[in-house]
Amino acid sequence: MADEDARDEPHQPRTTTAEIVPLHLPPVADEHEAEPVHDPRPGDVDEWGRSERVRGWVRKAYDPMYRNWFRAEWEGLDKIPTEGGALLVANHAGAIPSDAPTIMHGVETELERPVYGLADQFFKGTPVVGTLWSRTGGVVAHPDNAYRLLHDQQQLVLVFPEGSKGPGKTYNERYRLRRFGRGGFVEIAMRAGVPIIPIAVVGAEESMPILFKVPSVARALGAPYFPVTANMAFGPLGALVHFPAKFKLRVLDPVTFPDVEPDQPRYSRSRIMDESEAIRQQIQEALFDMLRQRRSVWFG
Amino acid sequence: MGKRVLITGLSTFWGGRVAQALEADPDVDVIIGLDTREPTVKLERTEYVRSDENYSILSRIVKATGVDTIAHTFLVVDSTTMSSRAMHEINVIGTMNLFAAASAAGSTVRKVVVKSAALVYGSSPKDPYWFRETDKRAVPAKTRVERSLLEVESYVRDFARDNPHVTLSLLRFCNVVGPDITTPLTKSLRLPLVPKVAGYDPRFQLVHEDDVVAALLFAIDNEVPGIYNVAGDGQIPWSETMAIAGKRGIPMPPFGIALATEPLQQFGLVDFAPEIIELLKYGRGIDNRAFKDAGFAYEYTSAGAVEAFVQAMRLRDTVGSNEINYRYEEDVEKFFRHSPAVQRDQTTT
Repeated sequence: MADEDARDEPHQPRTTTAEIVPLHLPPVADEHEAEPVHDPRPGDVDEWGRSERVRGWVRKAYDPMYRNWFRAEWEGLDKIPTEGGALLVANHAGAIPSDAPTIMHGVETELERPVYGLADQFFKGTPVVGTLWSRTGGVVAHPDNAYRLLHDQQQLVLVFPEGSKGPGKTYNERYRLRRFGRGGFVEIAMRAGVPIIPIAVVGAEESMPILFKVPSVARALGAPYFPVTANMAFGPLGALVHFPAKFKLRVLDPVTFPDVEPDQPRYSRSRIMDESEAIRQQIQEALFDMLRQRRSVWFG
Repeated sequence: MGKRVLITGLSTFWGGRVAQALEADPDVDVIIGLDTREPTVKLERTEYVRSDENYSILSRIVKATGVDTIAHTFLVVDSTTMSSRAMHEINVIGTMNLFAAASAAGSTVRKVVVKSAALVYGSSPKDPYWFRETDKRAVPAKTRVERSLLEVESYVRDFARDNPHVTLSLLRFCNVVGPDITTPLTKSLRLPLVPKVAGYDPRFQLVHEDDVVAALLFAIDNEVPGIYNVAGDGQIPWSETMAIAGKRGIPMPPFGIALATEPLQQFGLVDFAPEIIELLKYGRGIDNRAFKDAGFAYEYTSAGAVEAFVQAMRLRDTVGSNEINYRYEEDVEKFFRHSPAVQRDQTTT
């Protein structure tokens, strides 16, 4: 009988389908997923438009300006973290703001990590300028952009909460901080869970002082403001060249929000405004302190 | 029981592609294609039904065939191909009637997949660099195609709200390139000198045509309700796209492009709709992570899609087009589908 035969026969090792196909497939699918999709990019422009190659050229070209013209001097640079996201916040001045390139250049050369500078969409909309601006690390100031940079990519982001009101003020109002917007920068830092690092900058105000403004031209150009600067006295080329004011930059203690959970849909408006105002006060006091110690606009 | 799928715009590029792909799927029992024109690609078992662009016979078809899935691929996103009135009829009125039929009493429709475009986000300096599905556009829509797609999407939203038992997937695709499709961008990249806007080098994403079909099929085969962006990884500058194509650019003035390119447009060499000009100035990024998280895997990145397109063009320029000139013959198609003489088990190839 078949049954008896089966009993008598020594157990034959028979390969079954189940043995060929293991129950737990090796993670082929995972390995395939881990393998990046072929991406034949000829350039190095990242998703923010920044190109390390272009940035390298600009650093090389700007370095003599940074060292010999503005003679930038930092204080407390070690307070800027060498890794992880952080929001750098500074006062903003000079008709064509000279503080942004100085801070970005300083941090990039000293800390050897990229800095993305948030600015008005006016730059992106302007031909030539907009392209250069974004290749050198300029990003449109949009909360989503800031969050992605700070939280998802853990980058250093520089923002001037005064916006265009800072560089758009006339010389007689120098070193008096404008309103810090609506505190959006605090909200972004809370949401992204990164520290805010205030920086007080002295020198930018005198590098290109605004004597008065022409609102009608600004409106016609769609620009935030149209300044008439003291530099224009030196001719059309002079209008684009900054005065060699001595730059001093003081990094203040990082502001963190240990009691605030990141990634909340919304944050207390009053808390945001309080923190924003406190940071503004800190920078303002640091500026007054630095100005008290400054003997000369040109020599520090 | 397998799926019973209805495709709108069977004779368009996407309708034909989706129908061909569905025919290869044994789980799909019935494929019905609606269009005003006859199919332009060879189809084995898809049933073609002629209709006007308003789908007036749609409710009858839905009732008679008991379709459970609608793939709404018939949305015009290239405004250079037709008048704005025709586009409005197809996009807005067509979608309205489609959804009216799909939500009629006793409708068997349980899934709708809509092929929309990233045009709904617009393109402006105010934009975030990555649009998420929940983001609103930064500036009001000015161009006709954008306005029409926004209207379509509002119908889609209403339909989804009124029919919670229907799985609705709305896919927003970025600009498509590929060996077979012709778009304003692929036309530009085939010119000896590629038009660009002087002073701008916008970054935007591109998606390969195969990934588009795969994405639509993915939404048909899986339960992925909601809105999803579909775009290849990486925003590439237009200059890099040209570099991959091995082409040089010809700058157009940043202002008055329409006037400057008028001679070229007359010869049909380039056709710059306002939305394309905006794109060539400010670019656009759409966040594709949600669709990836839903399980979709792209075959091409943005740069990879451009490379595949360029290589296909090189091959075509050398050995000529490999397109078979297909003509729809009603009698022949009817014979193969319905004649008792045809042995159907063997004919499915």
